[in-house]
Amino acid sequence: MGIFEYAPAPESRSILDLKSSYGLFINGEFVDGRGSSFKTISPATEEVLAEVSEANDVDVDAAVKAARKAYDKVWSKLSGAERAKYLYRIARIIQERARELAVLESLDNGKPIKESRDVDIPVVAAHFFYYAGWADKLEYALPENAGSSTDPKPLGVAAQIIPWNFPLLMLAWKIAPALACGNTVVLKPAETTPLTALLFAEICQQADLPPGVVNIVTGAGGTGQALVAHPDVDKVAFTGSTDVGKAIARSIAGTGKKATLELGGKAANIVFDDAPLDQAVEGIVTGIFFNQGHVCCAGSRLLVQESIAEELLEKLKRRMGTLRVGDPLDKNTDIGAINSAEQLARIRELSDIGEQEGAGRWSPACELPERGFWFPPTLFTGVSQAHRIAREEIFGPVLSVLTFRTPSEAVEKANNTPYGLSAGVWTEKGSRILHMAGALRAGVVWANTFNQFDPTSPFGGFKESGYGREGGRHGLAAYLKGGE
Amino acid sequence: MADRIDVRKTYKLFIGGAFPRSESGYSYVVNDAKGTFVANAALASRKDARDAVVAARKAFGGWSSRSAYNRAQILYRVAEVMEDRRPQFVLAVQQSEGLSASKANAAVDAAIDRLVWYAGWADKLTQVVGNANPVAGPFFNLSTPEPTGVVAVLAPQESSLLGLVSVVAPVVVSGNTVVVVSSYERPLPAVTFAEVLATSDVPGGVINVLTGSASTVSPWLATHMDVNAIDLVGVAGDTTLATELEVAAADNLKRVRRAPASEPNWSLSPGLDTMTDFLEIKTVWHPMGV
Amino acid sequence: MLAGMSALATDFSDVTRTDATLRRFLHGLPGVDQVGAEARAAALGTRSIKTTAKAAALDLAIRMVDLTTLEGQDTPGKVRALASKAMRPDPADPTCPATAAVCVYPDMVATAKETLGSSGVNVAAVATAFPSGRAALDIKLADTRDAVEAGADEIDMVIDRGAFLSGRYLQVFDEIVAVREASGSAHLKVIFETGELQTYDNVRRVSWLAMMAGGHFIKTSTGKVQPAATLPVTLVMLEAVRDFREATGQMVGVKPAGGIRTSKDAIKYLVMVNEVAGPDWLDPDWFRFGASTLLNELLMQRTKMTTGRYSGPDYFTLD
Repeated sequence: MGIFEYAPAPESRSILDLKSSYGLFINGEFVDGRGSSFKTISPATEEVLAEVSEANDVDVDAAVKAARKAYDKVWSKLSGAERAKYLYRIARIIQERARELAVLESLDNGKPIKESRDVDIPVVAAHFFYYAGWADKLEYALPENAGSSTDPKPLGVAAQIIPWNFPLLMLAWKIAPALACGNTVVLKPAETTPLTALLFAEICQQADLPPGVVNIVTGAGGTGQALVAHPDVDKVAFTGSTDVGKAIARSIAGTGKKATLELGGKAANIVFDDAPLDQAVEGIVTGIFFNQGHVCCAGSRLLVQESIAEELLEKLKRRMGTLRVGDPLDKNTDIGAINSAEQLARIRELSDIGEQEGAGRWSPACELPERGFWFPPTLFTGVSQAHRIAREEIFGPVLSVLTFRTPSEAVEKANNTPYGLSAGVWTEKGSRILHMAGALRAGVVWANTFNQFDPTSPFGGFKESGYGREGGRHGLAAYLKGGE
Repeated sequence: MADRIDVRKTYKLFIGGAFPRSESGYSYVVNDAKGTFVANAALASRKDARDAVVAARKAFGGWSSRSAYNRAQILYRVAEVMEDRRPQFVLAVQQSEGLSASKANAAVDAAIDRLVWYAGWADKLTQVVGNANPVAGPFFNLSTPEPTGVVAVLAPQESSLLGLVSVVAPVVVSGNTVVVVSSYERPLPAVTFAEVLATSDVPGGVINVLTGSASTVSPWLATHMDVNAIDLVGVAGDTTLATELEVAAADNLKRVRRAPASEPNWSLSPGLDTMTDFLEIKTVWHPMGV
Repeated sequence: MLAGMSALATDFSDVTRTDATLRRFLHGLPGVDQVGAEARAAALGTRSIKTTAKAAALDLAIRMVDLTTLEGQDTPGKVRALASKAMRPDPADPTCPATAAVCVYPDMVATAKETLGSSGVNVAAVATAFPSGRAALDIKLADTRDAVEAGADEIDMVIDRGAFLSGRYLQVFDEIVAVREASGSAHLKVIFETGELQTYDNVRRVSWLAMMAGGHFIKTSTGKVQPAATLPVTLVMLEAVRDFREATGQMVGVKPAGGIRTSKDAIKYLVMVNEVAGPDWLDPDWFRFGASTLLNELLMQRTKMTTGRYSGPDYFTLD
């Protein structure tokens, strides 16, 4: 870095009160699981953080029973205003314990503290605040319910399965609207990132949430399957890979269960020749390197207008040279650790395929730590739609660069994928933004920005990126009868 | 042993985030529901009203440009602080309205919950009231609500806290600022409420509280050319005055929320109109094309 | 390389032939998205600079200060005191470096020069009817020459914002060229008064205009109008000097002035210089702070780093 190298600026871990082992959170208490246990590690150092229970069928059944009982006896009997107040309490406690949650998230997930502190945790709190405010306003929630003299009804017990990329944020996206609408939940966090969900359980206790309204069952694929298959579950909400989403859709076929799925993506980030270039570079960098690229809506395909491709790539490479890869708990880290050995293997595999298929691979020089799972920010030039790295979701800090000549070609290439979660458009011309937004088959279009999330803004995909929306008024439909 | 002599509070106006006495120097006697003297409250003059409008106008730009989330957080904070001071409010309501302890408690509970209900609307109104419009042409067309500006509110005469919160919160949640004239005979909960506002991150000037007579002060607010809207519920039942005020308001086409025949039942769930009466719908067109 | 420019353009005579050609060039530069630019500036502000990096940054910041007094009530006494402070910011600590320059009105240059002697601290003079720039060109040039004759090492001129905002780009350009000529061997800083230009697009355009006209430094503000220097405005200017060097091989300096109050602010600027333009600009020859009260703030932080204690204003001189 030259004249001043940024000295290490580590965020302290002392605020954490990590236990050596955790049970399941069922009916308002931490109980021992009946199955085996597994370890969760810090992907930056491979240090073991804690032992966690792997909930088996009996555990899952107990959790669903607790959720059902709480629904029947307590939660469905409360007024919306009362449910709202519980959610407000939870939101407030999240704000109060914000630093602790951010540090724990970075430790367990590998993402930079800068991101968990400035993005993840604040948006988590905001989601609870936003949905708290809907709990007592459900009569205004659904056009489908307009004209009715009664409020729309909740679905009952929701099974919720979330991924490892934004552990607490995905939990908030699931639990806040579900509870606001009057449902109770059984949530399974991802096996590599259970810790903030377990701390959230503590927060539910601090908020005096009635037992059984929220249940957390840790585990892996087996636990998830058991939960989805449980006959007394009314609703399944899943965020994760498209393959597992399809499996869930098959497994609930013919049952009465409703589902919303938020799956993978291969978003096009489209840069026109009249884009505000320096901000477009930032948007590209945010689009694929934020959260190590472990983002379903990541802008993993850069579609740049051919006339400015060379200039843009130069700026992009220069900018990538200032990205700092390293200790997630260092406040100056921009790119943290890859979440797991498996994910790292997949990223490496697909990157090697990219090279083999003839794309030009480039990364800035960066020192990677010896222990832990690391991958430098990487871009591939000369990529075309026929390359596997242009079609398959890599879920890592790897950008594929393609070119286009005209707006319609950009639309064609952007839409030429089974996915349809998000897209980016960079141009100073307003009419073109709106035209492109209309033409792109994606559930979220970002114009002259990227990776913006707000609890009021609905998020979800077209096509194989899933169905249903999370966030906003539209997000309530997932948890009310008459909605989705 | 002699009883301890209490230190009695002075009940002042709340303008621009500060607590001034009336510039007129006037005060008036406030008795409790049994007729016993409680305090000399400030008697707001037309100049106080004028100053309050100035403060409200000054605060409007900042308040309306804050994010809806931020406004919601602030209103929620007001509710938190009210909850923290529940006993004080219960006493004030009991004293002012002569209610039993349990009814006063219920009124205070309802007032706090009402505030929480309105706080939650800040970041949802646009979603319920606004929408895109499918015009017959290659245009993107969006209708969104915006706050109208400075709103004068004549607070209800009988419900000294629940009624007050029910007419102030819907105005400010969307970004308007307000000058509210409290109940004449029951102003003291309003002053305590102002003290909560002053300690809850509410920017000065967003809510201004004038204690005194609605019938004396209201003509000055109704004719004021820098007031954008007026809520006449505080003169409910006085059809002559209400009509005069509505006529005066027409001079700059203020949006008028008319006085009902009698004071409403505040325990009923409010509708959206309490907020939408103070919103303007803005519709923007933009071509869609390469 | 900017699209449309051949390798290392050093001759802009085609671009500056007429108002129309100059407008087409300036308006053809990439736009700046306000929200994106402000977000980038804010993100750079979250860098945590501690311990050794912080100590180095503080010393560098001190060395970059143009210690300024531009008041109607300035007297020789005031200017002498300021100049002494610039040479010896912390009498209690001789390891504290001197500032880059003092910045004064033209009629105070001689006094400053006399006090500063051969200390190495430069004298920068504001000129061209500072701060408004509202005077005839010959008066502005006479103002400049006056300062140069009195010994100014640097001239901080103001552009004609009225001309810029009404689209008379060529007039603004020609004035800068004329002032550069009148400055002789003194280095020319061109003040934009970004608070009056309002948009970042304007800041990008005026930056290129000033660099093509031969400015050695581009400067945000006079300090007499709010807002003065801001991080996003400076970001856009740093991008401009970076791009200009890409295109022409020439380096131009950047000076944010006014509104930089705390050490934390100053360090944020240095981080921005480091990550946007690059470490080559981390030098008083290429980056300055136009400030007055900032200096004591930097000294207080510097003292805290060496003693471990929070200090107080009594321990630093007010000049």
